[in-house]
Amino acid sequence: MEKAKAKKYRELFFSTMKISACTFGGGFVIIPLLRSKFVEQLKWIDEDEMLDLTAIAQSSPGAIAVNASILIGYRVAGIAGALLAVLGTIIPPLVIISVISVFYKAFRDNRIVSMVMAGMLAGVAAVISDVVITMAGEILKLKRLLPVIILVLSFLAVRYWHVNIAVIILSCGLLGAFLSQKDGREKNT
Amino acid sequence: MIYLQLLWSFFQIGLFSIGGGYAAMPLIQNQVVDLHSWLTMSQFADIMTIAEMTPGPIAINSATFVGIQVAGIPGALVATFGCIFPSCIIVTLLAYVYYRYRGLDVIQGILYGLRPAVVAMIASAALNMILLSFYDTRTLPADLSMVNWISVGIFICGLFVLRKWKVNPILVMSLAGVAGLVLYAIC
Repeated sequence: MEKAKAKKYRELFFSTMKISACTFGGGFVIIPLLRSKFVEQLKWIDEDEMLDLTAIAQSSPGAIAVNASILIGYRVAGIAGALLAVLGTIIPPLVIISVISVFYKAFRDNRIVSMVMAGMLAGVAAVISDVVITMAGEILKLKRLLPVIILVLSFLAVRYWHVNIAVIILSCGLLGAFLSQKDGREKNT
Repeated sequence: MIYLQLLWSFFQIGLFSIGGGYAAMPLIQNQVVDLHSWLTMSQFADIMTIAEMTPGPIAINSATFVGIQVAGIPGALVATFGCIFPSCIIVTLLAYVYYRYRGLDVIQGILYGLRPAVVAMIASAALNMILLSFYDTRTLPADLSMVNWISVGIFICGLFVLRKWKVNPILVMSLAGVAGLVLYAIC
């Protein structure tokens, strides 16, 4: 029993560390990586739950990557899990930036670094697009109009109307809550 | 004293940056350049470039960088701690609330409304990445033919293997980096 627990902690810590070391481009890039590890590979978290955790991570203060790790750590192993996951997430940037800060001008202007980065950026774009296709597919599979409308409107709002993300999250949440209450009443009568 | 200042500055950055990376940038600039003059504006631009080129959240990267510049490794640790502390408390509380009450109809309703919005936000982030990769800007350029074909090629191959064989995303990103190095060196 203790052994299984220790193994879980180890898996959590090293997974978040490995993932954090690969989240180029910040923010949302960590979501597909966490999803592939914890939903698809380890099956510790289900698909809908991952979306919920993303919503919470996104609407809480602080870096999305840190928030998402806290949520997954908490889900897997409570407070200790949350702490381990945060530690795993911050160690790679802490170490990498500490090293780079010594010779950052050389790093910034290095041609080889920029060629690798340009390639990785295209790779990151592919990874995150893959997740969007999968997730949008799940929404379409519900075969309900409302989620699709929310999807399209939120996309326009965040991208072209420059609406604050907190406002979008709040209004979609309220809309969902309102509709569920209405449904509930209709079921009761 | 300097440690307390770092802690407090990055605590505020951690507390008030909602919506991730790019939302945090102006806050970091305000604290680090305008209020405390820890970095010059051009150093700030450098760290933003490096934060984008290296893994990890922008806020954590800049906390580490500023901390080191101002007060060495202990400074980096203090600034990073300040930055994540508000998240640790608030998000752990939210996690508790979520797992305790997610069975309730009203919470289910809220989450039902939120899920498509989250997908939309990730889609927007994906489009940003694609534009940045293909055109080196975040908005669609006037001249669509100025596209970076090497990046397009890597993108299409990456997306294809991900969809077809569900390979590990970290592997795809690493191979994309290698492909970038090889292709840009040749062309």
